[in-house]
Amino acid sequence: MKRMVGLLVLLTLAGCAERDADGELVRVPRLPVPVALELDEGGRPLFELLAEAQVLYRGNGEEPQTLDPHLAEGVPSANILRDLFEGLTTTDPDGRIVPGAAIHWDISRDGLTYTFYLDPNGRWSNGDAVTAEDFVWSWRRLVDPQTAAGYSRMLAPVANASAILAGDDDPANLGVSALNETTFQVLLDDPTPYFLGLLTHPTTYPVHRPSYEAHGNAHVRPGNLVSNGAFVLADWQVRARVELVRNLHYRDAANVIIERVVYFPFEDENTEFNRFRAGDLHWTFQVPSGQFRWLTENMEDALMVAPWFGTYFFSFNLTRYPFQENPDLRRALNLAIDRDIITERVSRFGEIPTFNLVPAGLPDYQPPVPEYAEWTQAEREAEALRLYLAAGYSESNPLTVELRYNTSENHRRIAVAMAAMWKQVLGVRTRMVNEEFRVFLQNRAQRRVTQVFRAGWIGDYQDAFSFLELFHSAHGRNDAGYNNPSFDRLLEQIAAERIPARRRNLMVEAERKLLADQVILPVFTYVSKRLVDPRLQGWQENVMDQHLSRHMFLVRKKDELSDSADPVDPPDQTPTESATPEPEEQHGNQAPEANGLSLSSAHPVSLSAPADRGQPC
Amino acid sequence: MLNFSLKRLASAIPTLFLLITFAFFLIRIAPGGPFDSERALPPEIEANLAAKYHLDEPLLFQYGRYIWQIVRLDFGPSFHYLDWSVNDLIIQGAPVSFTLGALALLLALMIGIPVGAWAALRQNRPADYSVMSIAMIGISVPNFVMAPLLILLFAIILGWLPAGGWEYTPSRMVLPVITLALPMIAYIARITRGSMIEVLHSSFIRTARAKGMPEKKVLISHALKPALLPVISYLGPAAAAILTGSVVVERIFTIPGVGSYFVQGALNRDYTLVMGVVILYGILIILFNFVVDLLYAWLDPRIRYDDAEVGP
Repeated sequence: MKRMVGLLVLLTLAGCAERDADGELVRVPRLPVPVALELDEGGRPLFELLAEAQVLYRGNGEEPQTLDPHLAEGVPSANILRDLFEGLTTTDPDGRIVPGAAIHWDISRDGLTYTFYLDPNGRWSNGDAVTAEDFVWSWRRLVDPQTAAGYSRMLAPVANASAILAGDDDPANLGVSALNETTFQVLLDDPTPYFLGLLTHPTTYPVHRPSYEAHGNAHVRPGNLVSNGAFVLADWQVRARVELVRNLHYRDAANVIIERVVYFPFEDENTEFNRFRAGDLHWTFQVPSGQFRWLTENMEDALMVAPWFGTYFFSFNLTRYPFQENPDLRRALNLAIDRDIITERVSRFGEIPTFNLVPAGLPDYQPPVPEYAEWTQAEREAEALRLYLAAGYSESNPLTVELRYNTSENHRRIAVAMAAMWKQVLGVRTRMVNEEFRVFLQNRAQRRVTQVFRAGWIGDYQDAFSFLELFHSAHGRNDAGYNNPSFDRLLEQIAAERIPARRRNLMVEAERKLLADQVILPVFTYVSKRLVDPRLQGWQENVMDQHLSRHMFLVRKKDELSDSADPVDPPDQTPTESATPEPEEQHGNQAPEANGLSLSSAHPVSLSAPADRGQPC
Repeated sequence: MLNFSLKRLASAIPTLFLLITFAFFLIRIAPGGPFDSERALPPEIEANLAAKYHLDEPLLFQYGRYIWQIVRLDFGPSFHYLDWSVNDLIIQGAPVSFTLGALALLLALMIGIPVGAWAALRQNRPADYSVMSIAMIGISVPNFVMAPLLILLFAIILGWLPAGGWEYTPSRMVLPVITLALPMIAYIARITRGSMIEVLHSSFIRTARAKGMPEKKVLISHALKPALLPVISYLGPAAAAILTGSVVVERIFTIPGVGSYFVQGALNRDYTLVMGVVILYGILIILFNFVVDLLYAWLDPRIRYDDAEVGP
């Protein structure tokens, strides 16, 4: 009864969905068509092409846990922190590492001393200068065990950091110093080729000491938070919105076009999708997993899918029956999986099938592709069966295995597909166990009940080491229980190696060893996927999936330029340098010196306009 | 009456205490802790975090500490939302849930009671059957089906209302209030109908009619009051539930109420937050049951809470 009624209602509604006023089928929500982008000689978009209201609405996954850069974990808070703060280095739209708070730096010949020269124009949002001392204090706070910062390990390459984290040394002995007001020097224990990349991570951002000392943990509340990035926190309503406005003291404020960024948390991907369809969002955090076909057919211009720096894999528990000391069996299970079917029929978002741990696409790393990756699937399956039989299992004596994953529709579907493949190719009986996330993590870490379990990793920094270090015997997330002294030794060599080419070879060797030991069952390289309003431009896909609002801008809809009926901004009145914003429309945060900034004075700031979302389906 | 009220309120304290004790130990039984994450923490950091939140102390100590905090009305820091205390979160979320819940409750009463009474007067006639069938649909279509359908129709296809998000504006409230109210309307209509039919067959109604009282007056001043008794007893717990928000409605409409904290708090092992919302819910249940008892006395002359002898 329940189901029938639901179905009935659905059918009725679907009926309305398919016909518009003219009785025509309208399944496609009409996305706004942007004007063609033209740039001026400075590489900036022509002013008359820019949309009236530069207010960016971004969907942002879960509610951020905290906006304290030192304590924050997780992508949602990192997205906001990248807008609020700026590290010594930052990223370009394409993900390249470029100068941030530091305009340039020297690296000593041995790769152990980094000297950063801070931008003398660097200012906190209250006007204070950003000094080398700010970084010294911030980094000491980060590694202080009292701070209990979850990501403090990011600074582990810095001299004495590990001892301080372990409570054996004083934070004051951290290998950082302020040579003068704007010169910040860092001493490293080991040459760390990815060090400049680490500095784009929110954990390494500076925190404004006077605000922290005045407000304690409440220093991140709106009104208290002083930041050095392109935006400043204006409002934060838990689980409703985090609102940022342009920071007029930002060193590069003249080139920031977006006036206001509103981040919305979503607990449900379908809700976010609906909000996008209703025109409430320019940028989503994710895409409903079941909607791929519909999206490619109907919202192709908005669907953005790109390779991401992460791998979806399964791990074997190497410390227990049946996988302990049984690499052939592990290899058999690995080869029996048809990755193409999983990515094309199950996960279906253009994920890239892989046999490797480290995703392809790093500029200085070529993952060692195992030979079976070149075989046909039939050859792999034949070899899988051979190994399976050699391991002592057969049709009459099948392997029974537990496949464990954390509760999620997508993980379940992939696990079902894998179990079916194992059954079909080898005759393995699979029991699927799904667990709530924290229970799952605990079971993985304890290694008592796990056999094959889902894992996955998104690199924290753009280096293969970010993946390889997980399998050091002493690593806290080595849930497979991999313990190979020669692999550990390789990792230690990599950490100490100063010559890039040699370091690269060592990393390739380490990954080859890990794959040869058959510790994991890689499935695919993650892709980042989201819906983006075609009017939002200035951003690019990049493998670290970092997208700073300060690079973005909204352009006009195509019909907006020709259509003179636009009530807000008559097109004949081309705004010029002299067309300063209406004073009553200035946002509270606008300081008088705003007029000196080329862009802010050039385009009308229509913040008083209602949250306009003029794109009904 | 006053005497009864004081007694009832005093008896609430041990009930709450039991609830707190039970919930406190129950959530600690769940495997995994608030600081577990896919990124393993260095052991020193983990130890510091545990010390910071007193998780390194024996459980009984923690329990004592917690009870002492509660006595001072301090629900402690949230383990997951690091920048906020549980008090902050509840103070921000509860007004939202209360507003929506109260509006939904009001709507449900305003529609449910008249419709139910009307159906009772037309018992076993087409009007009665159609009202009750619609009510059955209202009860059986779950809100996670109803909410997306409403969004699809009113926000995406017609574009009349926002697809979600929260502000204290009517347009943002309409769809969530309707979603919350629909099943309640249905329940209230069914209960009202049932008890109304029963009351209409009782002897005092017959007497009233026999005395020649106008039918309107019979219905409104004699029949309706006793017929509402079952509705009132349903409303006690239902009001407490609806005022503390709905997980489903909050998720689907992205509403920052306290309903989601029941689930999010448990999934994140945010011990203090779970305790906070459980206590809030407990207090409301106790409070509303108390109000129900008072309303009973007011509506039903046979029930009196004075120390005097109970009626005939």
